[in-house]
This record gives sequence, C-alpha cells and structure tokens, in this order.
Amino acid sequence: MSDTLEKVQAIVVEHLGVEADKVTASASFIEDLGADSLDTVELVMAFEEEFGIEIPDDAAETILSVGDAINFIDSAKS
Amino acid sequence: MRKVVITGLGAVTPLGGDLNSSWKNLISGKSGASTITKFDPTGYPCTIACEVPLGDGLSAHDGSFNANDWISLKDQKKVDTFILYGIAAAEMALKDSGWKPQTDEDSFRAGVGVGSGIGGLASIEKTALLLNEKGPRRVSPFFIPGALINLAAGQISIKNNLKGPNLAAVTACASGSHSIGEGAQMIKNNKADLMLVGGAEAAICPIGMAGFSASRALSTNFNEMPEKASRPYDKDRDGFVMGEGAGFLVLEELDHALSRNARIYGELKGYGVSGDAFHITSPSEDGDGAYRSILMAINDASISKEEINYVNAHGTSTPLGDEIELRAVERAFDSAVDGLAMSSTKSSTGHLLGAAGAIEAVFSVMALNENIIPPTINLDNPSVETKIDLVPNIAKEKEIKSVLSNSFGFGGTNASLIFSHYYN
Repeated sequence: MSDTLEKVQAIVVEHLGVEADKVTASASFIEDLGADSLDTVELVMAFEEEFGIEIPDDAAETILSVGDAINFIDSAKS
Repeated sequence: MRKVVITGLGAVTPLGGDLNSSWKNLISGKSGASTITKFDPTGYPCTIACEVPLGDGLSAHDGSFNANDWISLKDQKKVDTFILYGIAAAEMALKDSGWKPQTDEDSFRAGVGVGSGIGGLASIEKTALLLNEKGPRRVSPFFIPGALINLAAGQISIKNNLKGPNLAAVTACASGSHSIGEGAQMIKNNKADLMLVGGAEAAICPIGMAGFSASRALSTNFNEMPEKASRPYDKDRDGFVMGEGAGFLVLEELDHALSRNARIYGELKGYGVSGDAFHITSPSEDGDGAYRSILMAINDASISKEEINYVNAHGTSTPLGDEIELRAVERAFDSAVDGLAMSSTKSSTGHLLGAAGAIEAVFSVMALNENIIPPTINLDNPSVETKIDLVPNIAKEKEIKSVLSNSFGFGGTNASLIFSHYYN
C-alpha cells in the first residue's frame, strides 16, 4: 500500500513541481497542489503508465486527490 | 502621427544565450556552427547546424543558455523548445526596457506578437512517434498547446500580464520581421502603446533537417568544416545552415516612452511588404518582390536613400538568393549605393528561420547604437561584383545613420524594416 503512495508521490512531485511533503493522502490536486485541468489529465496518464492500468475518463473525473488516486490504483491492481 | 521607438532588446542565439554574448561574438567574427549535438546526424545529407549553447546559464557568466533561469522545470515540459527560447528572450527585452504593467489599463494597452516559421516541429515529431508506438491515450494534453505557434505569444502574455493585441505572424523566414512590422502597426493605429515583438524557432530535429535537406535548401559540402558552411556571397556557398533561438524588441509609442524617461535605442521608421507570386521556395529571378518591399520601407520612412548606410541582408548563403537580393538592393538604392555597406549576419548565426528577422532587427538596432557593422564571415572569394561594401570577415566601425533589414520567406513573402536614430 505505502509503495503505491510513494510512487504516486513521485509522479505528483515530478509533474506539479511541488515539495514531496505537501503530497499527503488528503491533498487535492487542484485546490492544494496547484494543478489545472490539463495537469490532472496528465497525472492520470502517468498513473496509467506507471501502474500498467487503464483509467477510463468517467473514473478519472472522480480522482481529485492523492488518496482518490491511491484507492483507485490499489483496487484496480487487486 | 504616432511614432514607434525601440526601448528594449533581448536575444537567445547560437552565438550566446543572451544579447551581450551574442553581439560580442558576432562582431568578433565568430561562427555558431558545429556538428549537430541534439541528435545523431549520421546519414543525413547535412550534419551541421547552429545550436544555442546550453550550459549553466546566467550563474556561469559564460554566455550559455539554461532554461531553468527563465521557466520552472515543470512548465518546461509543457512547451516546445521554441517557446522556451521565446519566453527567455522576451523577458530579457522587457527587463531591458524597464517597463512592466502596473495597472489594468497598462496591461490592456500592451500586447505581444511572436512569429515562428514552423513552431513545435520537434514536439510534433516526438508525439507522432509516440502515437504510433503507444496509441492516442498516451498523447500528452500539453502536446497541442505546447506546439502551436501562437502559444509563444500566449505564454509570454500570461507570464507578463500583457492583455493587448495577441498575435503571431507565420511567414516562414520573414515571420520575425512581420511580427515587428505588424506590432508597430498596432501602435501606430492606436490599438496599443507597447508591443513586445519578435520571433522564435527550434527546428533542429531529425524531420526538420531531413525536410530542408530534401528541398535542397541546406549546405551539404561543409559537414567536415561546419564553421565555414554559412558563406553568403562567397563563390563556394551551397545552401544555408539551420539556426535556432529567439529575438525580441520592445516597441513603444514615442510619448509613452518619453513620459517614463525610457532609454530609446532608435525609431522603427519604415516597414515595407510585398509578395513575389513566383515560386514556393525560390525568389523571383528579377528580385522584384525584394525591390518593392525595400522601396516601400524607404517611402514609409520618408527618408532619402542616402540616409541608409547599412543593410542587414537576408543573405542566407544560397546560390541563387544572395545575388538576387544584392541586385534588388542595388536597383532600389541606385546612385545611393556609394557608401552603402551590406552584411549578412547569417554567416555567423546561421538561418534562424522564423526568428531570423527578429534577431537581425536586434542586431540592426545594436549596429545603429554601437556604430559597428557586423561582418559577413567566410567571404573569401565573392561570386559577385558590386559597389556595395559587403564587410568581409572583419567588423567595421562606421557612423550608422539608418539601417535597412530584409527578410524573405518561402512562398515569396517579403518584409523590410528601417531603423533610424531618434533625436529629441
């Protein structure tokens, strides 16, 4: 589980240019981490690439925070 | 009648990551050419180009360029390189002018115009390969906005809060000059008081090099001696050397500049335009388009031909083009060719395509202020006989009265700009 968090953190830090300690499970991409609508699309793509999963558009729309991403990724992997 | 003066300059060129380094190297007769380092050019007909020197940038004080000085790493990934160069050079020019918008009204009255010939070609090439390999869902949402030519102006307007005219001239090798001329028109027509204008290009990528070689535009005889390849007017010239970078000017309405005690580099006095209606890549043999563009600029400037004593040529080092422009200049100036000097700075910088007209305008304004004419390097054996001083190999100190800068693009699109001193 924490492996997912670490990988998600690394992706967020790289794409949004924020400090790692800001990337907590409750952090919202847009409100807390400064992402815009295109940034979130790119993040979802990066998650797909990293974890070898597909995240359909309607599911992507519900991934608004780091925690949402981790939950989706973990349930997709299991 | 509203007058347009120049109050800021900025440049990123193969001679240096900033204007000072670029100008110093230009008047020292240096070449920005080398074997291509951005990709492995083995097997390409032309393996050389003029690349912007990358390094530690500002902190190193060595004339190198580092994008981190101008734009955050995360934002760098969202734009093609031509936009990075544009953002940097634009910021240099704006900083040089000492102006930035303080009020909403300031922002509404200040605009941006940035040209490029081919824009995000490298990004398009990379993404096409990615699409082919991994399918559409792997294409970045930033691909399109990062490759579009007008996003250079878009990004610069966002970063500097400029809400006036937002434009992008796309006229191949004349894009930079048209951006400047059209920006001046905005000011003259009272649509803006200040315009940040220029051009940016970064097309040194496999498809760019392959494409221009295929059109037989690039030099192929000097792959072993890159610094000798760009040789306008020389009998051994065999095509141009691709360059990259960006050039910017701050154009300002005269009273706007005077009221804030701006440092005025000079006046943009004349702008001429024309079309050849002849061939997709070659200029018309009689140089008619160039001739008319030059004359229109001179008429627009309302100065006598004798007032212009330096021409910064388009002069790309192609077998046909150089001489056609030379004859057009001779015809336009007629008896005033005595005392006229003309050099091609593409001999040093290579051909920056959409940014060429812009960096050459910057160099023209520098020549006007420094009274130094940059040389045409590699001019060992001129293939032409002319009364015009082509300034071979060594820069010349001369009191410059006014400068004419020419740019001619594929498709037969022509632009001529005239810069003069501003006297209070």
